[in-house]
Amino acid sequence: MKKKSMNSNTVLLLITIALFVVMYAAGCVVYGDKGFTHLQTFLNILINNSGLLCVACGMTCVMLTGGIDISVGSLIALDCMILAVGMEHKGMNAAVLCILVLLMGIVFGAVQGFFIGYLDIQPFIVTMAGMFFARGMTAVICSDQVSIRSNELFVKLANMKFQIPFEIGAYLNKKGKLQIPFVRIPVIIALVVLVVIFLVLRYTKFGRSLYAVGGSEQSAAMMGLDVKKTKLKAYILSSFLCSIGGICFCMNTMSASVAHATGLEMDAIASAVIGGTLLTGGVGNVVGSFFGVMITGTISTLVKTNGKLLSSWSNIAVAALLCFFIVLQSIFAMVKSRKK
Amino acid sequence: MENKVILTMRGISMTFPGVKALDHVDFTLRQGEIHALMGENGAGKSTLIKCLTGINAFESGEIRVDGIEGPVVNHSTLDAQKKGISTVYQEVNLCPNLSVAENLFIGREPRTKIGTINRREMNTRAAAIMKELQIDIDVTENLENFSLAIQQMIAIARAVDMECKVLILDEPTSSLDDHEVEKLFILMNKLKAQGVGIIFVTHFLEQVYAVCDRITVLRNGQLVGEYPIADLPRVKLVAAMMGKDFDDLASIKGDMAVDLSHADYYIEAQGLSHKGTIKPFDFTIKKGEVVGLTGLLGSGRTELARVLYGADKAQTGTMKVNGKEVKINAPIEAMQLGMGLLPDDRKAEGIIADLSVRENIILAMQAKQGVFRQISMKEQQEIADKYIEMLSIKTASRETLIRQLSGGNQQKVILARWLATDPDFLILDEPTRGIDIGTKTEIQKLVLKLAKEGKSIIFISSEIEEMLRTCSRMVVLRDGVKVGELTDELTQNHVMQAIAGGDTDE
Repeated sequence: MKKKSMNSNTVLLLITIALFVVMYAAGCVVYGDKGFTHLQTFLNILINNSGLLCVACGMTCVMLTGGIDISVGSLIALDCMILAVGMEHKGMNAAVLCILVLLMGIVFGAVQGFFIGYLDIQPFIVTMAGMFFARGMTAVICSDQVSIRSNELFVKLANMKFQIPFEIGAYLNKKGKLQIPFVRIPVIIALVVLVVIFLVLRYTKFGRSLYAVGGSEQSAAMMGLDVKKTKLKAYILSSFLCSIGGICFCMNTMSASVAHATGLEMDAIASAVIGGTLLTGGVGNVVGSFFGVMITGTISTLVKTNGKLLSSWSNIAVAALLCFFIVLQSIFAMVKSRKK
Repeated sequence: MENKVILTMRGISMTFPGVKALDHVDFTLRQGEIHALMGENGAGKSTLIKCLTGINAFESGEIRVDGIEGPVVNHSTLDAQKKGISTVYQEVNLCPNLSVAENLFIGREPRTKIGTINRREMNTRAAAIMKELQIDIDVTENLENFSLAIQQMIAIARAVDMECKVLILDEPTSSLDDHEVEKLFILMNKLKAQGVGIIFVTHFLEQVYAVCDRITVLRNGQLVGEYPIADLPRVKLVAAMMGKDFDDLASIKGDMAVDLSHADYYIEAQGLSHKGTIKPFDFTIKKGEVVGLTGLLGSGRTELARVLYGADKAQTGTMKVNGKEVKINAPIEAMQLGMGLLPDDRKAEGIIADLSVRENIILAMQAKQGVFRQISMKEQQEIADKYIEMLSIKTASRETLIRQLSGGNQQKVILARWLATDPDFLILDEPTRGIDIGTKTEIQKLVLKLAKEGKSIIFISSEIEEMLRTCSRMVVLRDGVKVGELTDELTQNHVMQAIAGGDTDE
């Protein structure tokens, strides 16, 4: 058996992971005195970005087919608004509302997927329409900020802490009280989503079809795959995961407003790209997107921990990273075609 | 004993706008035979195949497949595949970003008990298939890491593993070198022994005689006849395809030979090179000269031409055009100097499928003149008509979209595009690939005619015979190095030896 040469995509993924490790280690060294070394800082990044992680998983699936979904940020705003208005103004049951939101995600994705898959319209245009629609609907439902306070079940779920067992990473705070690191429900949801999507992409026919369609749509059709259905399913999945992300997002913010999650779609795309997903489709992995989310999360935490820097610096850092990875990808592609 | 018939097509007819593409064509395929489908461009080969595989719907006629009751009408490739009819095209239809094993099994992967893909079993089975075909590769690697030949084999392996009875190979050898073709033939013979019926569409006469048992010839959408291979020697086959007696191709040069000893140099280049593609070379060409670039695929013959044209910028060396030193940084500068390049990959670099024949012809001319100096519609029409006539391009009208033309006619349109710019120097990279022998001769004659008008031409072709007929000098390349030039004793044997290099023993 010949020795397997390392795939350039694997190299890209490793670079992403290495970058995350280096960045985090640097943070630990520079801001060690401000608590950056605590396990809880890491877990907080996870908590704050749990919604984004769900969205990024869905985005990755769509991008694998060569498409894009820019409706996700607005859909999250709509999800949050439905949850908040439902609970605060109508006094509805939190569980019922969550199911409603998830169903709405499926329908929303199915409509977009139908336009893209069966009517063969550009994904960018279709999901842009979706973006305007969802943001508009959010304002129609309620144009004010709504805070969730009264729904007992939802408040309880949102405040629930899951402590890390065996006191791993526990420390004494300044008052000498033992602090045990914890995560919240959204983190658990997001990690389950990550693992499930990872397995789906690797071990199911649907998952592999996403790659095939992104690799060559014509070939996929020739090999007997249903390209239209695959696209439809991809957009349903994206909107569904986005709605799960919306619930996570809502648990973190406990509020809703028209301006909620503005530009989140771009964060999700950036995370996927930093994680090695190609905009042209066919290449990518949710593990990469996970690290993409963590890298952007770490950057903003670093900027916050510094305290003196304007928060906009994290945007600039993400921009620089994006350039770095896009250039890297295109160099890899060039080397590949040169070899041939 | 005659083998069992597994596929019959009777009286198939089909009309494209303005053209009768197929007129009551019959075709019969038997078990375990390799059956060549021959004909000139536009004879209806592709259309017949497309009727069979469900891409085109035929208007009348009947298809019967062994083991299926009643007439068969396929509505899609998938439909045809389910009935045991698989097609492998010239362009490989696989996914480059998936592993070899996945490409073999996608859509019908082995499953585990819980319904997920059983990757281990898939890889084991894929490895077994590849081993049986004696292809030693790692099936878990991505398809894009392998050569086109291997990819084609994998496409065939996939088709065969899906238990096909009829395997259609549509110009599978166009982008393969001799060694790879050899490998493909071994595979074809193996499948034949297993009882698969193979329909082989190709333009290479030698290949037909190397592997086929039977030939069906089409001409202008009509059936000329079906012959056992032994009853149809080459000359007769060519005659059947062209519908006329085969005039001696070798004689076309004789009366056109020109004395070039007093002609001026058009290009004098010294020490040009491009890193990674071609080592420093010297090159000269006189006005009215036809120079051939020869060598194996990937030897640097296309790359040399690209450097001259500025498509790859020369990193060293100097170049004189008409005695004046120039530096060409981009193709547009070469065009302004009066150069033209007909690329070998006409699908990717040549035609613009959604524009009409006229627009495709005018394209380079307009680019040369600049966008602001509009060529009047009347002038455009005249130019288009002139070249349609001159190159006998088969098209319903000058406003027909180029995508509706057959491959050879598309090639002619691109040639017309460059002729329309009235270049002093033309680089023709495989201008006759994939076109029929009649058109080939026409293009060769045209090249000689252009040379006589004082134009300089570089001719690149894989077919040595064709170059012998057109070129007065040949530049030989090997592994990115210009290894020699041949002027005297231009014989096939001589050129082959120069290409192969090393010792000259046979």
